[in-house]
Amino acid sequence: MRSLIDILELSTTELEKLLAVACDIIENPQKYAHKCDGKKLATLFFEPSTRTRLSFEAAMYELGGNVLGFSEANSSSAAKGESVADTAKTVGCYADIIAMRHPKEGAPLVASMNSSVPVINAGDGGHNHPTQTLADLLTIHREKGRFDNLTVGFCGDLKFGRTVHSLISALKRYKNVKFVFISPSELKIPDYVKETLTKEGIKYTETTDLEGSMADLDILYMTRVQRERFFNEEDYLRLKDSYILTPEKLANAKEDMSILHPLPRVNEISVAIDNDPRACYFKQVFNGKIMRMALILKLLEVE
Amino acid sequence: MQVDTIKNGIVIDHITAGKGMKIYNLLGLDSLECSVAFIKNAPSRKMGKKDIIKIDADIVVDTAILGFVDPDVTVNIIKDNKIVEKKTIELPEKLVDVLKCKNPRCISMTEQELPHIFTLADKENRVYRCLYCETKA
Repeated sequence: MRSLIDILELSTTELEKLLAVACDIIENPQKYAHKCDGKKLATLFFEPSTRTRLSFEAAMYELGGNVLGFSEANSSSAAKGESVADTAKTVGCYADIIAMRHPKEGAPLVASMNSSVPVINAGDGGHNHPTQTLADLLTIHREKGRFDNLTVGFCGDLKFGRTVHSLISALKRYKNVKFVFISPSELKIPDYVKETLTKEGIKYTETTDLEGSMADLDILYMTRVQRERFFNEEDYLRLKDSYILTPEKLANAKEDMSILHPLPRVNEISVAIDNDPRACYFKQVFNGKIMRMALILKLLEVE
Repeated sequence: MQVDTIKNGIVIDHITAGKGMKIYNLLGLDSLECSVAFIKNAPSRKMGKKDIIKIDADIVVDTAILGFVDPDVTVNIIKDNKIVEKKTIELPEKLVDVLKCKNPRCISMTEQELPHIFTLADKENRVYRCLYCETKA
């Protein structure tokens, strides 16, 4: 029995297999419509995340399975003070697989250490969000056809942005990948991420200039400055509009650059860009559901 | 300065000067009933100065704690006034309930019964990270 807590638990070979299954699901959805008949997914969402929860639920329904769960801590036994370990042990008796979102970092790991069924980390605080990374990777795979020889720009909140950290971890395993970190100084990429890149000889640059970096990028990964990651409302208000992508700023961008965003967006990508062929963020949403389907099949060991 | 030799017990020698008290506290030596000598800034040919801890009882010390705080220490086991074993210490791969995570968002901060586990992330730079949230110790 395996869980997925951190994207690096998947080797590049396993990832390739998962991408192949995902592409097959897109090509032949009917083939997969009853793969999980009689199976149940528990979505344990201790903090609200409509998008991720619906994506997991849609994935399970499209595989023929069923879903049970809760969408906020108040409607769970956690409100009565139950530990994550006990919740996982209990839910393991009801469901075949668990998807857990929790505001505390490491909670899904604790669940996986105590559960009799596989646990998927659906986001733990500012730490990991591996299924978002799977969505990102399928999008890059479908748009670019490769993971090597890419220059990837990350823009916005690179300090608290867990999707950024996970995607860097996944992409740095491929040859000749360069990173450009574009952020205000308060939201710079953490030192430990840079230390790892330096140690592994991976090229990266840091800048505060979005427009000036644009021409080099094959992929631009935009992020939201998230209110819930700040302790201080003033800091949030001061920084939230720092980097807004507009059609003017795309003037120097490559014609085949892909714009990604984990969504939801607030205002960091102008809606005027939504019809630009380079905008891939709604494709990412679709790809996220497909990768969750592929992951559920893998963890349930359904052929 | 002269401190009596011990008959049966443990001498933790070659402690980097200044780290002795941390080892004393983390090993919980204050709760021992036997004699414990803590020598600070003892002259050392090899190190210039060093700290030494002598425990006058045949107890088992947690080498993971020693390895984490100061892996260059030596542990001498004394039996009948003689050193019968000299142990060198290695950096432990895992520390359980030695440190607490400082990240307010970590699950170990709210769930009191969880063991506090840190794993060795970078041997060269002696970096430990919380098992749950990966915050640096």
